[in-house]
Amino acid sequence: MNKELINSLKGLLGLLLGLSIFLVVFMVGLLVINQNPELLLSEVEEEKPVSLVQDDLVKDGVHVATGLVAKEGYELVVANCTNCHAADLVIQNRGDKEHWVSLINWMQETQGLWDLGDNEEKIVAYLSENYAPIQKGRRANLTDIEWYELKD
Amino acid sequence: MSNSKSKSNEGRRRFIRNASLATFSAALGAEIVFGCNMPKDYVPVAFKEDDPYQLFNKHKDLIVLNNKPWNLESQPHILDDRVTPEDKMFIRNNGVIPKDINVRNWNLIIDGEAVTSPKTYSLSELKKKFKHYTYQLTLECGGNGRSEFYPPASGNQWKTGAVSCANWTGVRLKDVLNDVGITDEAVYIGYHAADVHLSGNPDKEPISRGVPISKAMQEETLLAFAMNGKDIPLAHGYPLRLVAGGFPASASGKWLERISVRNIVHDGPKMAAPSYRVPCKPVAPGEKVADEDMCIIESMPVKSLITYPKTGAMIRSGESLEVRGHAWAGELEVSEMEVSIDFGETWQQCQLEKPVNRLAWQHFKSTLKFPKEGYYEVWAKATDSKGVAQPMVVPGWNPKGYLNNACHRIAVKVG
Repeated sequence: MNKELINSLKGLLGLLLGLSIFLVVFMVGLLVINQNPELLLSEVEEEKPVSLVQDDLVKDGVHVATGLVAKEGYELVVANCTNCHAADLVIQNRGDKEHWVSLINWMQETQGLWDLGDNEEKIVAYLSENYAPIQKGRRANLTDIEWYELKD
Repeated sequence: MSNSKSKSNEGRRRFIRNASLATFSAALGAEIVFGCNMPKDYVPVAFKEDDPYQLFNKHKDLIVLNNKPWNLESQPHILDDRVTPEDKMFIRNNGVIPKDINVRNWNLIIDGEAVTSPKTYSLSELKKKFKHYTYQLTLECGGNGRSEFYPPASGNQWKTGAVSCANWTGVRLKDVLNDVGITDEAVYIGYHAADVHLSGNPDKEPISRGVPISKAMQEETLLAFAMNGKDIPLAHGYPLRLVAGGFPASASGKWLERISVRNIVHDGPKMAAPSYRVPCKPVAPGEKVADEDMCIIESMPVKSLITYPKTGAMIRSGESLEVRGHAWAGELEVSEMEVSIDFGETWQQCQLEKPVNRLAWQHFKSTLKFPKEGYYEVWAKATDSKGVAQPMVVPGWNPKGYLNNACHRIAVKVG
C-alpha cells in the first residue's frame, strides 16, 4: 500500500513536473510570439491561397483582375484569350459579331489560337454586346479634358 | 515551419504561377483549353502584376495599352523635348522582350539569296570595323492614331503618342552590306531578332519585317548600338537595332540578330497583308479588301504634334499663348506649319526650323492671340515638301487603321 502511495505520488509529481514544463514552454512561447508577432503572421500568410481569392473579384460590374465587363461569358474570355495576350487588347477594341469572328479566325490561322468549340458563339456574343462599335463620325469632340491654369 | 510543408507550399505557389489561369478558370467553372506551347518557366498570367514604369524606366504619364505584349504610348505634352529621352519614348512590341542577352556572344549574321556569301560579325567587330554615325531619327508606329477610325480597326488603340525622335548611333547598314557583297538581285532586306512569339513557340517569329534595298542603302539607315549616347535600353532593342527613320517603326527591328538580303519582297511574319499594309486604292469605310489589293506602307505621312501647352490650358483674357511642337513627314521634309484657333477658318503661319538631319522631326512655334473669352481649340497643320498637308478629319479608312495623320489639337479656355 505504501508502495502504491509512493508510486501514485511519483505519478502526481511527474504530472505536475510535466504540467509546469508545459506551462513554462507555453509562457516562453507566448512571450516570444508577443515579441515577434511576424512569426505567427508569416505562418498565417503562407496558408492564404496566393492572390487567387481576389482574382474573381467583381467591383462595379468590372472583373478587377482583367478589367473586363463582368457580364455573362467573361470567364470564357479570361480562360481563352488572356493566355496569349492581355485583356487590355480586348478592352480597347470594339466590333460587331463579324469583326470578332474574323479576329478569332485570324488568331487561329496565324497565332496558334485553338478551336473554341461551342464557346466561340458565347465569346463572340459577349464581345459584340459589351464591346460593340461606337459611331464617332469623321472627328470626335475632345473629351476628358483636365483643365488647369497655365502659368508662365 | 517544417520542411515538407514549405516544399508543398512552394510547389503550390509554383503551380499557381504556372497555371494560375487554369486554376482561376477551374475555380470559376469555365472550361479551359491550353493551345499555346508555353515554355515551362514562362508566366502565362495576364493579370496586372508588374509595374511597367519601373520595369522600363518610364515617365508616369505614359499610357499602358497592353501588358502582354508590352505596349505603352506617350502623350503630346511629355514629348516636348527636342530629342526624345528614353523615359518619354513609346514602347511597341509584337512579341516578348528577350531575356538574358549575352552581349559578348552577340553576333549579326548577314545572309539571304542576294549576298555573295553569308557573313557573321560580332558586335565588337561591327563597332571596330565600320565608321560610326549619329542621326536624330523619327520613329512612328504605323498604327499611331488608330483609335480614331470608324468602323474600328483591331489592334492596340494608339492615340497620338506612338512617335519619338531620339539620337541613334551606329554603323551604316550600307557600309556593312557593301563589305559583305550583295548581288544585283537584291530587292529587299528582312530582319530577324531575338524576341519570342507570344505563344512561346520557339519556331515562330513574332515579327520579321524589313525595307526595300534602296531604303537599306540610305545613309541614315543604321545598325544602331546606342540611343541618346548610351547603350540602347532593353525595351528599345538592346544591344543592336536596325533603325530606318521615316518608315513605320516596325521596320526598325529590335534585338537584331540577322539580316537577310532578299531577291523577293521579304516574306517574314507581319510583312503579309493585312499587316502594315493599306488598300492600294482608296476604299469606303468598312469595305472588305482582298489581300492582294493591300500595299506595303513605306514612307509615313506628314504629321505634327502640339507639345506645349498641355491640352486643357486656361489663360486670362488678353493674354497671348505660345504654342510649340514638332512636325515630320516620313521620307520628306516639312515645308510649312500652320495653326488655327477657329477650326480651320483661318490659319496662322508658325516659325519652323529645318531638321538637324534628314528624317529628324522639325520644331515649330507660334504666338496666339484670342479675340474674346471662351472655349478654343488650337489645331496644328503641317505641309510636306510636295505640298501635301495634314487633313483636319480622319483620313482614308483602311482595314487595320494605319496612317491617321489628322491634325492634332488641344483645348484652351480664355477668360
